[in-house]
Amino acid sequence: MTDNTDSTDNNAEDPLVVVGAGVMGTAIAALAVGHGHPVRLIDHSPEACAAAPERIELHLRTARMMGALPAGGRLGRLTTAGTPDAAAGAAAVIEAVTEDPGEKAAVLAELAAAVRPGTLLVSNTSGVPIEEMAGAVPHPEDLVGVHFMNPAYLIRTVEVILGPRSGAAAATAVRELLAGLGREGIVVGDGPGFVTSRLLHRMLNDAIEVVREGRAGPETVDALMRHCIGHRTGPLATADLIGLDNLADSLRVLHERTGDAAFRPSELLLEKVRRGELGRKSGRGFYTYDYEEITP
Amino acid sequence: MTQTSDQAGSAAGTGQDAPGIADELLGFLAARTKSTWEHDQDLFAVGGMSSLFAMQLVVHLEKTYGVTISGADLMLDNFRTVDAMVRLVHKLGGSRASAGATAGE
Repeated sequence: MTDNTDSTDNNAEDPLVVVGAGVMGTAIAALAVGHGHPVRLIDHSPEACAAAPERIELHLRTARMMGALPAGGRLGRLTTAGTPDAAAGAAAVIEAVTEDPGEKAAVLAELAAAVRPGTLLVSNTSGVPIEEMAGAVPHPEDLVGVHFMNPAYLIRTVEVILGPRSGAAAATAVRELLAGLGREGIVVGDGPGFVTSRLLHRMLNDAIEVVREGRAGPETVDALMRHCIGHRTGPLATADLIGLDNLADSLRVLHERTGDAAFRPSELLLEKVRRGELGRKSGRGFYTYDYEEITP
Repeated sequence: MTQTSDQAGSAAGTGQDAPGIADELLGFLAARTKSTWEHDQDLFAVGGMSSLFAMQLVVHLEKTYGVTISGADLMLDNFRTVDAMVRLVHKLGGSRASAGATAGE
């Protein structure tokens, strides 16, 4: 809950505001800080705010090691805050809270009330239709979707979603924002799961069903998909990386909106979430991550 | 993971013998990945470790050998093989004794 604003800051650039200090929020904050932009990270949890600087430092070291940051570039300043009114004065806002359409809409409404009209509002979502959230903000033309991949500071390509009411100015602003973050945006139309999650999530869910049925274990499914099909990570390892709670939430969003049974979260997935086995971030999912205390 | 060795008698900067470091790293990798690796095997080749595991190696080396890995040393090539990591620890003058001394601060 610190807001260590520094009056000696010679960085006149308005901060990029990132909301939600979870897996995606801290990674997006690291991406922006690593590209020299000041970032204000907002989370209502004091614990999440307190833990964020160290998590972001770990992300930055990983990014540096992989050569994913501009060489010799200086870092942007990171500040944290506990309430949405801290979004005032933002250059742009990226909402990265839980993949729950109601919560996203509520947070976006609070953020929209804090910023100047015309400020770019981005929802980082893997599948909630932008049009659904547009109804919650006073200026829907300012809202676009960006689906950052995890880890956001390593994967250069992102999915950009322009909803029916997204404005031309916002489309330009998001292109500039992404250019400043060294990302390449690929623009698609709106709808549940957009393109990537619509295609990927049914495959991940089905891979989990294969494991549940006992036809093959996670290692076997992943080995086949990697070595025969050329999937780089394997579906179960990908599910663990996404976070199983997030995957279940995203599948629910897709299932409710499409009625497609392939999106109904596998019982095995739900069971793992109930047991707190959330994938890489909790140390256990379809695999075990025996990694001391440092899970970026 | 903190080494509590009190063999502070080893002169600072002389580092540890390479076979000792290599054996320790091969043991670390075997325990973490549940498979065995060769000292010159590329850990990050296709089908190998992820970039997120690379940071676990960085932190492991820092904690175990009392080194700080930053700047130009913080590049994936320095962690690609056990041999490369041994060279890096030597270059930075790391040893288990210096890790113990650091942990005591």
